[in-house]
Amino acid sequence: MGAQLRVYRRRMRSVKATKKITKAMELISASRIVKAQQRVAASTPYANELTRAVSAVATYSSADHPLTTPSANPKRAAILIISADRGMAGAYSNNAIKEGEQLASLLRERGLEISSYLVGRKAVSYYKFRNRPVAGSWTGFSDSPTYEKAKEVANAVIGAFLADAQTEAHGIDEIHIVYTEFKSMLTQSALAKRMLPLEVVESEVAAPTGLFPMYEFEPSAERVLNALLPRYIEARIFNAMLQSAASEHAARRRAMKSATDNADDLIKSLTRLANAARQAEITQEISEIVGGADALASASAGSE
Amino acid sequence: MSESPALLSVELVSPSQRVWSGKASMVSARTIEGDLGILPGHAPLFGVLVDGKVSITAEDGTATEFSIHGGFLSVSNDRVSILTESTD
Repeated sequence: MGAQLRVYRRRMRSVKATKKITKAMELISASRIVKAQQRVAASTPYANELTRAVSAVATYSSADHPLTTPSANPKRAAILIISADRGMAGAYSNNAIKEGEQLASLLRERGLEISSYLVGRKAVSYYKFRNRPVAGSWTGFSDSPTYEKAKEVANAVIGAFLADAQTEAHGIDEIHIVYTEFKSMLTQSALAKRMLPLEVVESEVAAPTGLFPMYEFEPSAERVLNALLPRYIEARIFNAMLQSAASEHAARRRAMKSATDNADDLIKSLTRLANAARQAEITQEISEIVGGADALASASAGSE
Repeated sequence: MSESPALLSVELVSPSQRVWSGKASMVSARTIEGDLGILPGHAPLFGVLVDGKVSITAEDGTATEFSIHGGFLSVSNDRVSILTESTD
């Protein structure tokens, strides 16, 4: 076998091995998207009930809660970026990180300092590589987040929010979250939303059935609100994490699908090249044999 | 509601799933201020629950108990929703 042909065959073998891996990853992600979507769907009743409850309580409680009161002159804002733990998902993590950068420059224009909270190894390594300070980071659960993890993240940001930003170094006045919204299997988009201070505007949206009834509160409207708002933040972070997880799987499936398709194309063109090389080799051997026979024949003809 | 006795429509939901949903004749739970039983026709109420048991007596009289970890209970127009962080 000629050297050329051997090289082509070796490359084909390597591409085929890679294709097997990408194909397997594509199938795994495809099955996980469905599961992730089901988890998003399973968490919606809770989120809806909670939103309803917050709207209802906020309508009847005149108290200014620290979580709903914007600071008079904000000093520092936090950005919570939700990215992936693993790569091979195309531009998924990058899109979320870029969206975060855009938001950060917007906030800087308003004269705010930025403190960053990161979820997912990709965002963490991006920040570490650029030597940027990180206020808090969580990794290891991006593809199947649990409510406990969302609670951990929520507690950290709420704690920082309740600390006074003017006097304490880790205190913040605003919290923004950057996550990837799962619109459909084909469309996911990174977006940034302000999470705190809360804008309780849902009451206008959720009131088509009429006004909320006059609730009796047990123990009191203020204490109910105190207990309710942190749960609401947790649920929103949890929902953002679940949507990001679904988006991550969808992005990975798409990236792996195009990798598999590319491997197919590559194998096809390598096969053509290998066939041409083999044919060239055969042609050369034939002409060598014919040429050799000719030379022998003319040599023996000359000697007689 | 004159022919059949009024029932509560109950939803017990946690962040990961809808735990129980359907018609019930009674719900009892423990709020910060003490045990609470809800029957159809209860006044609108919003309560903070403590860790403990929630029991739902379904239409057919069978009672189901859930252990919950904190949560909220809201009652309005015979609609009871119980939100909890987790159930066992």
